[in-house]
Amino acid sequence: MALDADDVHAIAHLARLALDAGQVGVLAGELSQTLGLLEQINAADTAGVAPMAHPLDMTQRLRADEVTEQVDREAFLAQAPASEAGLFLVPRVLD
Amino acid sequence: MEWETVIGLEVHAQLATQSKIFSGAATRYGAEPNTQACAIDLGYPGMLPVLNAGAVRMAVKFGLAIEAEIAPRSVFARKNYFYPDLPKGYQISQFELPIVGRGHLDVALDDGSIKRVGITRAHLEEDAGKSLHESFHGQSGIDLNRAGTPLLEIVSEPDLRSAREAVAYMKKLHALVRYLEICDGNMQEGSFRCDANVSVRPVGQAQFGTRAELKNLNSFRFVERAINYEIERQIALIEGGGTVVQETRLYDPARNETRSMRGKEEANDYRYFPDPDLLPVTVDEALRNAVRAELPELPDARRARFQAEYGLPAYDAAVLTASRELADYYEAVVAAVPDESKLAANWVMGDLAGALNKAGLEITESPVDASALAQLVRRIADGTISGRGAKTVFEGLWAGEGEVDALIDARGLRQISDTGALEAICEEVIAANPQQLAQYRAGKDKLLGFFVGQVMKATGGSANPQEVNRLLRAKLQA
Repeated sequence: MALDADDVHAIAHLARLALDAGQVGVLAGELSQTLGLLEQINAADTAGVAPMAHPLDMTQRLRADEVTEQVDREAFLAQAPASEAGLFLVPRVLD
Repeated sequence: MEWETVIGLEVHAQLATQSKIFSGAATRYGAEPNTQACAIDLGYPGMLPVLNAGAVRMAVKFGLAIEAEIAPRSVFARKNYFYPDLPKGYQISQFELPIVGRGHLDVALDDGSIKRVGITRAHLEEDAGKSLHESFHGQSGIDLNRAGTPLLEIVSEPDLRSAREAVAYMKKLHALVRYLEICDGNMQEGSFRCDANVSVRPVGQAQFGTRAELKNLNSFRFVERAINYEIERQIALIEGGGTVVQETRLYDPARNETRSMRGKEEANDYRYFPDPDLLPVTVDEALRNAVRAELPELPDARRARFQAEYGLPAYDAAVLTASRELADYYEAVVAAVPDESKLAANWVMGDLAGALNKAGLEITESPVDASALAQLVRRIADGTISGRGAKTVFEGLWAGEGEVDALIDARGLRQISDTGALEAICEEVIAANPQQLAQYRAGKDKLLGFFVGQVMKATGGSANPQEVNRLLRAKLQA
């Protein structure tokens, strides 16, 4: 399956990546090649094979429902570009 | 043209755990911003989620209660999208293999019939944080305390056919999660919220119409209003020659309308894939059995028992078991006055419920506790006070002015049931009204009321009316 420039733009938008014009063509080729590999895998006969959710053949360990984390808010806020009144500030967003 | 409405609900119930679903940070509501968001919740590099056993047990509990199949193996997936209150850039959810499979809920409709509503699935996921759009110099403020709070998303089949049915289903679900003690059900705080998928189709058409998804329905009243608005909108649109667009619409309670959330649609490409940070979750028979053993008596079973054990009509039993707390209160009253189960039901559902409703209080906040109400019921039953006198006592109890017996004496509400004393008063009244007596004996039966009134007047209203009636009838006949 070959991806065209529109596909690359759509994928880049979903990943919030800014691409310059020169990159689009290159990425379309590279991504198409990658999809080719996946098509090869897709072609394998997997009837009777259970889908794998994780390469480790183990099950999830659980932890007890207890509060174990004390949060040092000031330390986290100090790493943000902007904060005020205990909140992280980000460019304005509206629903 | 006749139209049929098709509704499916997605309810998010916040699980009542102490800690987050994937971290040991607290989930308490109302904490100072960002004081309950640890490095895992903030999506710091290198952090790994570790699943909360309490959240898993609660999901299993719910699944068992709706007689659903519990997946022996379920998988967490990443739902990818960008928003500032979602620090990792993805929400950990479940997609292909949810923990709870198909189940059902039996819902009582307005006409008294029971409808079985299918539940497609219920899955575990983490909540996002909150964005505050007040003025921060043109920026938005982000509070990530809620990020990572465990949610159970409960998805119904498109089985609901009206806004009323949708509300009845949602209320039943609300009661159930509270019975199970897996969610506090607080809708103001967002612990129990709902999205509704609404479409219309011509009656008789098998195929579903195009649906709109309604968001921001944080009260039962809003659910009903938003759905009804949306039904009208879609019918008017189609009848006017237009077509319904599949989209997300936000309900605005102030204007009572739904509005399109343009711009969000293009982003609905979530690219789910299994989260490599989390292994598949297994629920074995031992866990299922352990959780099953913890199940409380469920609403339907309790309703049936109320009918059988207390001889209540179906309606009373349904009202009294609608919430676990109300049912507990009623049972505490009946435990003290076991022979007066129906009278107790009348008082709980009548004067008490009315007063609570008027004051905006929950049953757990009632100023009149179950033992006080039981004593009131006892005094009505043993004839100490009349029904009218009981209302006065209840008002005193509600206002915290004393206990039942003290209030009865303080207000002079004790009925004269002493036959000898009443007899004397009846005779005096009859003797004082010879004209009415003659008319009564000539066949004017209605005058019995006059004599009862005179006796009540003479006793200052404290006579037992049944007893007065009985005595007067006998004496007037003589």
